[in-house]
Amino acid sequence: MSTYWKSNQRRLAPWLFLAPGMVMFMIYVIIPIFQSMWLSFYDWDGLGAKTWIGTANYVELFDDDAFFTSLKNNVIWLVLFMLAVPIGLMMAIFLNQTVRGIRIYKSLFFFPFVISQVVVGLMFAWFYAPNFGLLYLLTEFLTGSGIALLADEDYVNYGIIAAGLWPQVAYVMILYLTGLNNVAPDQVEAARLDGAKGWKMLWYVIIPQLRPATFIAIVVTVIGALRSFDLVSIMTSGGPYGSSRVLSYYMYEQALSEYGYRMGYGAAIAVVLFGIMMIFISGFIWKMWRDETER
Amino acid sequence: MFPRPIEQTSRSTQIMYKVALPIALFIWLFPMLGVALTSLRPASDLAQGNYFGMPSYIAFENYADVFRNSAIGQYILNSFKLTIPVVIGVVALSTMTGFALGIYKFRFNMLIFFIFVAGNFVPFQILMVPVRDMTVNLGLINTTTGLGLFHIAFQTGFCTLFMRNFIKAMPFELIEAARVEGISEIQIFWHIVVPLMRPAIAALSVLVFTFIWNEYFWATVLTTSASIQPVTAGLNSLNGQWIAAWHLVSAGSIIAALPPVLMFFLMQKHFIAGLTLGAVK
Repeated sequence: MSTYWKSNQRRLAPWLFLAPGMVMFMIYVIIPIFQSMWLSFYDWDGLGAKTWIGTANYVELFDDDAFFTSLKNNVIWLVLFMLAVPIGLMMAIFLNQTVRGIRIYKSLFFFPFVISQVVVGLMFAWFYAPNFGLLYLLTEFLTGSGIALLADEDYVNYGIIAAGLWPQVAYVMILYLTGLNNVAPDQVEAARLDGAKGWKMLWYVIIPQLRPATFIAIVVTVIGALRSFDLVSIMTSGGPYGSSRVLSYYMYEQALSEYGYRMGYGAAIAVVLFGIMMIFISGFIWKMWRDETER
Repeated sequence: MFPRPIEQTSRSTQIMYKVALPIALFIWLFPMLGVALTSLRPASDLAQGNYFGMPSYIAFENYADVFRNSAIGQYILNSFKLTIPVVIGVVALSTMTGFALGIYKFRFNMLIFFIFVAGNFVPFQILMVPVRDMTVNLGLINTTTGLGLFHIAFQTGFCTLFMRNFIKAMPFELIEAARVEGISEIQIFWHIVVPLMRPAIAALSVLVFTFIWNEYFWATVLTTSASIQPVTAGLNSLNGQWIAAWHLVSAGSIIAALPPVLMFFLMQKHFIAGLTLGAVK
């Protein structure tokens, strides 16, 4: 045994070190993905027997208005969440100075990211509260009638997305601050001597050098937008009348709430969300793979 | 440096910048300041419609009230009982996986690495039903262990990416020299690599602590009772009880946010280093 180990340890060691992490990751992440896909072809209440119903869950999705509302809201989330990237960049540029106390300013600007989304949701719910919330008072002052943002079907999504953007912008900002810190000073100086400044400098000299930060910012923003669940659950529970549901929340509602324990239908919704995310994930992985193999 | 250092600009621009900074910060943190102020406002002020003026006095009693009349102390304790073991578990697993993928060249190395990376991006809902079902079958539903095991497994994805990239950047000659000396692979890991990874371990610990402390979805899926639920899920049920008692909601929110905030300010360098990994090449 020990001689076998001694002569083969370079070959065996990686598997030994990988085993615990791989086993856990397989059991809790990789295998459940396939179990969910399989489950989406069944009717199941979570306790009794599972009944095979083929593609009936997916057929039902096509006639489900709540599903399409959620899907549409996911698209709105995704599009508006991307604003975090330019806003985060602008804030990073604003803060990339060396005046006294700037470090404290940077940490305080980053602060929202450290707080739980549950707390962020409660803070914004207070800010939007009808009758006394600051936004309500502001709209009342400007237009004569206040807007109860979270009770309004037309505006509720934007209200929640604004709350989600707050920590997301902070995250993107910190990525860009790190990136700006590493921009080659000689190139900036050379460009300055050539007369480049302002927007031109930013576009042609700075942004190309910030590419790694931009890539990560886009990855975390896309994933963050499509994963949105906490804020919807805390601020509106999908309401009013289901107008702020997103797929992740609708899935939870169908599979695990007072609306019923429809595990199979929930799984089908999750598979659709997974499919949408896989488009992005494969893109990210493809790029990372290319970077790895080029090195 | 970009943008041009403010010291090189005119005197008036410099003054404008120094005035703009605190104003921008005030606007940016406004929701938080509002909640902090509300948490110190006596209930009588809110009843009289004084939502934004000066509080008639500083009501620390709101905090005492929250601790006395709600389970928030228990929730905070639950969060610590969940978060600390998860941090230890994740760091242990991912140091090993990161070492294996960063040091050894073998078939499937890249494939396994990218499975970890991709798994870390999937939506939680695709895992929800099977993971919950498995947790029920193991008898671990509504336990800290059941929730913690899932978190350890899931966070291993991101942390493997982190550790592997960190180890890849270490000088490989060190390991080759040790091998020439006849040191076993396990000793190389324990006596050479782990000590060099201390900064990575610190960064990951702070990050994972914050992620798990702030996590909400799995807490609601895998735990149900006040004696087990972490503070995020607890705060949501308290919010349901305290309908429109904003002074209590605010005080509860501040209490729940405090541990990760303290962690961030104490370990800022590690925190930022962890989050911005890969943002520069």
